[in-house]
Amino acid sequence: MSIPSSWYLILSAVLFGIGAFGLLVRRNVLVMFMCIELMLNAANLAFVTFSRSLNDIGGQADVFFVLVVAAAEVVVGLGIVVAIFRRRSNAIVDDLSSMKG
Amino acid sequence: MIHAAPYMLAAPLLGFLILVSVGRRIGERASGIIGTLAITVAFVAAAVTFFGLLGQSNREVTTTLFTWLPAGSLQVKAALLIDPLSITMCLFVTFISALIHLYSTSYMHGDRDFTKFFVYLNLFVFSMLVLVTANNLLLTFVGWEGVGVCSYWLVSYYFDKESAASAGKKAFIYNRVGDVGLLLAMFLIFSHVGSLDYLTIFHHTGTMSSTVLTLTVLALLVAASGKSAQIPLFNWLPDAMEGPTPVSALIHAATMVTAGVYLLCRMNPLLGLTPNARLVIAIVGVATAFVAATVATAQKDIKKVLAFSTVSQIGYMVLAVGTGAYIAALFLMICHAFYKALLFLGAGSVIHGLHDEQDIRRMGGLRKLMPWTYATFLIAWLSIAGVPPFSSFWSKGDVLSAVYSRYPALWVLGLVTALLTAYYMSRLFYVVFTGKGRFDEVGPNGEAPLGQPHESPWTMRLPLVILAVCSIAVLFIDLPWMHAHTLKTFLSPVFEGTLYEPHQSAGLQIGLACVDAVLAVVGMSIAWVLWRGRAERPELELPFFENVWYWDNFYDATIGRPGEKLAQVAATTVDQTIIDGAVNGIGAMVVAKARALRTLQTGQLRQYAAVLLAGVAALLVFLLMRAF
Repeated sequence: MSIPSSWYLILSAVLFGIGAFGLLVRRNVLVMFMCIELMLNAANLAFVTFSRSLNDIGGQADVFFVLVVAAAEVVVGLGIVVAIFRRRSNAIVDDLSSMKG
Repeated sequence: MIHAAPYMLAAPLLGFLILVSVGRRIGERASGIIGTLAITVAFVAAAVTFFGLLGQSNREVTTTLFTWLPAGSLQVKAALLIDPLSITMCLFVTFISALIHLYSTSYMHGDRDFTKFFVYLNLFVFSMLVLVTANNLLLTFVGWEGVGVCSYWLVSYYFDKESAASAGKKAFIYNRVGDVGLLLAMFLIFSHVGSLDYLTIFHHTGTMSSTVLTLTVLALLVAASGKSAQIPLFNWLPDAMEGPTPVSALIHAATMVTAGVYLLCRMNPLLGLTPNARLVIAIVGVATAFVAATVATAQKDIKKVLAFSTVSQIGYMVLAVGTGAYIAALFLMICHAFYKALLFLGAGSVIHGLHDEQDIRRMGGLRKLMPWTYATFLIAWLSIAGVPPFSSFWSKGDVLSAVYSRYPALWVLGLVTALLTAYYMSRLFYVVFTGKGRFDEVGPNGEAPLGQPHESPWTMRLPLVILAVCSIAVLFIDLPWMHAHTLKTFLSPVFEGTLYEPHQSAGLQIGLACVDAVLAVVGMSIAWVLWRGRAERPELELPFFENVWYWDNFYDATIGRPGEKLAQVAATTVDQTIIDGAVNGIGAMVVAKARALRTLQTGQLRQYAAVLLAGVAALLVFLLMRAF
């Protein structure tokens, strides 16, 4: 038996919501990163679901692009986080407001 | 032989280039020799060209050097027009220039910028020759501006002196006003004829309506009154005496200031068609002659007297041009060039001998101490005063007799001016050379005594003697009873159909000549009675005349001060309030808005994320609303 597409989509929406919520409420940079990854993968899940239900390979191809972008983003982002840790003891995002206008 | 003409221009140009490039390195002596030699070569070339022209029947030769401005229908060629008029000008310009260069080697000896002086002087002669030999108005304009800028440099030669610097500026600005006239004339001519070549213009005068012709001639008059120091633009010339005396002699007496008269003579086919404009020219001329002569009676600076005398004499030339007596104008121009150059060089010799003193009240009794200067100045004085048989008697007589037949009212004013001329020149002569020497006394403003004057060296005396001889000899080129090989027969082809020749009986001519002679003698006698042995007579030196009829004050009140006030308003109200206000206002507005906007940039990453999410949510809601 096959699970209907709506279930996947609901799961995708829930994951996205958790990610977004976490991004807004958590202050640790690393955790915020994980939240972003969660949101990206929620989107990936939606892509794959639609790809299957609409019988279109394009959605799955897009997922690869998202994965590549996410990997690159993690490299840059973690680099920044390491740089921050070198200069200070923690990585609380609310304290990092020296670029404010 | 006629092809020597380009060399006449090349020599001073080459001299200028050599001096401007290596002048400082080769030193004073070599610079002086090169400068003088260049002009001498130019004179020889002019003489060769002149005799070449005499030997041929076609006396209107155009030598094209190159095409200067090939622009569609406007083809301006750098070409020389050698005809009797231009070669006459070239001859006396190069001759007097050569003498004055020689004089300057001694007068400017030891000057800080000796080489620079000769650089300017050579460039001036080149520009002057371009002006007179050009075959089109545009090339003439190049020469016109060239002599103007050389004049400016040389008037401001002692530029660290405030008065010299401002005199240079004054000369330049007055000339600029005149230049506008020349430009307007060129525009008018080009728009109607389509060419700026003199000969083409003269063949197509028919395409211009009489209004356009009148406007053109009046614009030319403005140009001439700028360059030739006529009313209303004459005030710059007396101030130009701030320059070294050889410059005053060459540029501001003999050559450059006659350029305006030359231009009017050159354009005679146009003048011939506009009797009304010609009357205006004649009135301007005689008014200038009269005003300047009255002013000259009250000046205390030897060069100022001569400067106003120059203005007055050029007024006569302009009067002659307005009358249509072009050859009389040119005859007077040539005579004037010789005796006025002589007067200035004589004055320079006096100033040199008196250690740079120019106040005639501190001179006197120089007859014995400076015999050469005295003798040559005497000849120049008799020449300009119009005593028979000296040159001005004939040349000014020609002018006045033509005016008598055409404009009798102007003739009367011309006669009064002739009387004044004899009077003020005699005053100058008596005060400077006769009576008791005042140079060893304390000056009128408490200056220390000057010490013994000395006669000038031979390099300064030689030009004086040559010019004195020429001042006398020049009268033989155009005596009334000669009918061949005179200036008149040589020049008349240029003025064919436009020359005004009064038909006067021999008795009338002799009568007019007698009137002139009597007036000259009367003027000299009055001066003898009033000024013999005197240094000053305040009752005769009216402030009104001494201050040039308050002409400068008038300009100052009507143009200078309102202009300054306008500039003040522009600088404070317009610039600081309106323009700066707009510029600064825009800047301040951007800053204020930016200050408000920067508060959005809190630096709180989570706020940015929230805003981003809110935006995405809003977009989503919007899209959903549209879908359903």
